[in-house]
Amino acid sequence: MTTVVTALAPGTRRGFELLLIGVSVGISTAAYALVGLTVEGVLPVRLLAVGAGLLGLGLALHVVVRVVAPYADPVLIPIALLINGLGLVMIHRLDLAEDTSLAVRQLGATAISVVAAAVVLVVLRDHRRLRARTYTAMVVGLGLLLLPLVPGIGSTVNGATIWIDLGITTFQPAELGKIAIIVFFAGYLVVARDTLSLVGPKVLWLRLPRPRDLGPILVAWLASVGILVFERDLGTSLLFFGIFVAMLYVATERVSWIVIGLTLFAGGCVLAWRLFGHVQNRVAVWLDPFDPRLIEATGGSYQVVQGLYGMADGGLLGTGLGQGRPQIVPFAESDFIVAALGEELGLAGLFAILVLYGILVQRGIRTAIGVRDGFGKLLACGLAFSIALQVFVVAGGVTRVIPLTGLTMPFLAYGGSSLLGSWIIIALLLRISDLARRPDLPEPPRGQAPTSPADDARTQVVRLP
Amino acid sequence: MNTPLRRLAVVVTLLFASLLLSTSWIQYVGASSVAAGQGNVREVYREFGRERGPIVVADDAVATSTEVGGDYQYLREYPGGELYAHSTGFFSIVYGTTATEDAENEVLAGTADSLFYSRIGQVLTGQDPAGGSVALTLDPAAQQAAWDALGDQRGAVVAIEPSTGRVLAMVSKPSYDPDRLASHDLTAVREAWEQLNADPDEPLVNRAIAGPTYPPGSVFKIVTAAAALESGDYTADSVLPGPAALDLPQTTAVLPNYDDRPCGPDDLTTLAEALRISCNSAFGQLGIDLGGDALRAQAEQFGYEDGLSIPLTVTPSRVPEGLNAPQSAQAAVGQFDVRVTPLQVAMTSAAVANDGVLMRPHLVRTLRGPDLQVIEQVEPEVMGDPISAATAEVLTTMMVDVVDNGTGTSAQISGVQVAGKTGTAQTGNDEAPHAWFTSFAPADDPQVAVAVVVENGGSAGSETSGGRVAAPIARAVMEAVLAE
Repeated sequence: MTTVVTALAPGTRRGFELLLIGVSVGISTAAYALVGLTVEGVLPVRLLAVGAGLLGLGLALHVVVRVVAPYADPVLIPIALLINGLGLVMIHRLDLAEDTSLAVRQLGATAISVVAAAVVLVVLRDHRRLRARTYTAMVVGLGLLLLPLVPGIGSTVNGATIWIDLGITTFQPAELGKIAIIVFFAGYLVVARDTLSLVGPKVLWLRLPRPRDLGPILVAWLASVGILVFERDLGTSLLFFGIFVAMLYVATERVSWIVIGLTLFAGGCVLAWRLFGHVQNRVAVWLDPFDPRLIEATGGSYQVVQGLYGMADGGLLGTGLGQGRPQIVPFAESDFIVAALGEELGLAGLFAILVLYGILVQRGIRTAIGVRDGFGKLLACGLAFSIALQVFVVAGGVTRVIPLTGLTMPFLAYGGSSLLGSWIIIALLLRISDLARRPDLPEPPRGQAPTSPADDARTQVVRLP
Repeated sequence: MNTPLRRLAVVVTLLFASLLLSTSWIQYVGASSVAAGQGNVREVYREFGRERGPIVVADDAVATSTEVGGDYQYLREYPGGELYAHSTGFFSIVYGTTATEDAENEVLAGTADSLFYSRIGQVLTGQDPAGGSVALTLDPAAQQAAWDALGDQRGAVVAIEPSTGRVLAMVSKPSYDPDRLASHDLTAVREAWEQLNADPDEPLVNRAIAGPTYPPGSVFKIVTAAAALESGDYTADSVLPGPAALDLPQTTAVLPNYDDRPCGPDDLTTLAEALRISCNSAFGQLGIDLGGDALRAQAEQFGYEDGLSIPLTVTPSRVPEGLNAPQSAQAAVGQFDVRVTPLQVAMTSAAVANDGVLMRPHLVRTLRGPDLQVIEQVEPEVMGDPISAATAEVLTTMMVDVVDNGTGTSAQISGVQVAGKTGTAQTGNDEAPHAWFTSFAPADDPQVAVAVVVENGGSAGSETSGGRVAAPIARAVMEAVLAE
């Protein structure tokens, strides 16, 4: 029996993307209409504007992708647009309850972010060009991270010094710094991976790296501790270190780096817990949020507990959009939007949103597997993992898997900086996936083995005659 | 690098799986235990966001919900006011629920299991969820008569239908205005609460069933007489010693008669005569002869020591265990540490009235769903038969004599035979005694059994007696019931 292996030339799948964009805008618009009907009894005045706006943004990005990245992964934009849309709906719903107007600002931020993503796609025709900017990225990344510490620019909100004041608005530079740092990690690790994967002394069953190669991870660790100490930002600190360890592992394929990373992480946790009252407080709230003293204490567990009550109230199917009381939870539109969605959309709705994130991340990792250059692999995996870790840290904090830290839910939470960063990540993943999925070989004649090594091949279909 | 990428994908899957688990626990598996935590205002909002069913007395709502909007959508109002306050209880944002509002909360709120299909119907037809209604057994005329007759005196009145156990009247004074506690103005609610709790007359306490239990005094003689007759050793005509004061064995103390006179010629009397004139020395001797255990056993059969739920919680009435001879003598005339609720005294009379069969007292008659369909009709239920029909007949005759020719003449109703018993219970301190009266009528076909207690003699003060202060109140209630 002869086995014929052909590389399947994938279509661009742009039509599929267009369909999914339509579906995701449809869901968001319907949800928006539902909020108006249940809360005010009439269709929202801005229903058409919001629906058309979301659709316009989706279509614009779709057209740009069609032109400059025709083979890009077709599900990234629809998923990001849907999560973004659902976040908008919930922020609008909280606006109605609280008499605020955050949704308008969020819609504006969405527009700016989607445009920024399009610009990134147009300007950056090949992600490998970023590799040449590895150390620029490092400087930019560190600069953005440290910016809030500059006197006169930085501002401290709710204890964390992670904001800069731009006059008309405030901005969290770490959201963009994160991307620059991931670019730097990818560029650095793709070069250093050979050295870093050299084997050093063997302790028990574990092959440790050479002591002299411990430098980079120690620097990353110190930088993370620095963020924690000077900006009091638990979440960003955890995020950076987590991304670095994950990328280091992928680059070197050495489990020992994970062990060393987790050890350093544990050490950092103990250190932070010992040094900082606010960390101790977060841990106490995590362990026993229902303690009446903690509920009443300033900065205590009131927010967490009210979030839990809201989710418990929502149950399996939720109270229905506009019919719960998510506004009871402080910062329901940003830090606790997960609890707000859990309350009104129920466990079913929250599962759906988490699964959307899961698909997004898995498509990112799939892009990393599909693309052939090491830099692209590391960049895609770093970006995808940053979304995964951020979702885990935020949702895990709200649902008591881990102590609460200050990160935002990508696409979902109120906040322009986060939206901008998240959409740029989507743009970069689109760009890399375009290369990963682009058929660069002519269709091989039937019956002939493909010329590319099997290791590097994309999706393969085994056809049995 | 593809192998570690695939492993990373597994790690990501595990991270997300942990989120699916935690959300499943919070929103489904452990949702009720999470929701039971401290300070869950959503539960309060939800309770108030639902139209709570009314509490009804004879087709008129004494508690009802009105939509007023705001955070707490529905305002609980009490058209029954102070008159029905101790039966309805209150439904307060700050202080929770009491009385029927508490005992039938699930039906009123619409969350009872029995309302399951009704809830499904509401969901299917798109109606807002609503609660069921609770109809009480109270008779407005009897309730009003008891309220008016008690006047400004501290005390309580309970009336029962002997053949069913239905509570026809339940008044406790002083009372309170439940509207003040159900208000959505939480500051005003807190002020009202503090004021009501600071009041030394304890208006929030339902003296009829759950107050500080009272010494029954001579109304307990019905129980003692019942124990004597049930023992088989006594009849209405049995001769008993009736000196002006009974020397209590083992002590130097004496048990004097109310008027310090002997109960008959040669210091002798009969059981019937002793009850008619409420002779302490004769009943004291009876207590010694029967023994404390026999008294206690008879009392238990009448419902003492039993924590009833009507479905409001009733404080058990008590006869202490292990009484010695002098204590038994005092207990036999309702002193020492015998303690009763007015409801228990009414139950005792009701059992005598109902041929010796005690019906379970109940305040709730019918539970209805939001669609007004009956979900539960409380049927009369036998609670026990503390005395034989023969004993009941003898006791009835003796009690009729009390009202016709004895201490209870002020309970007489023209054209109706009334059976009753007075009581004037020493309180142990320097305060005036409590005035008691319990009765039922008509004696040959009892429609109503009543118990009245007026604390510390009421308006008559130290000059009080059950016959003078309490009996007219009982008469007013009986007349109100019989007039229908």
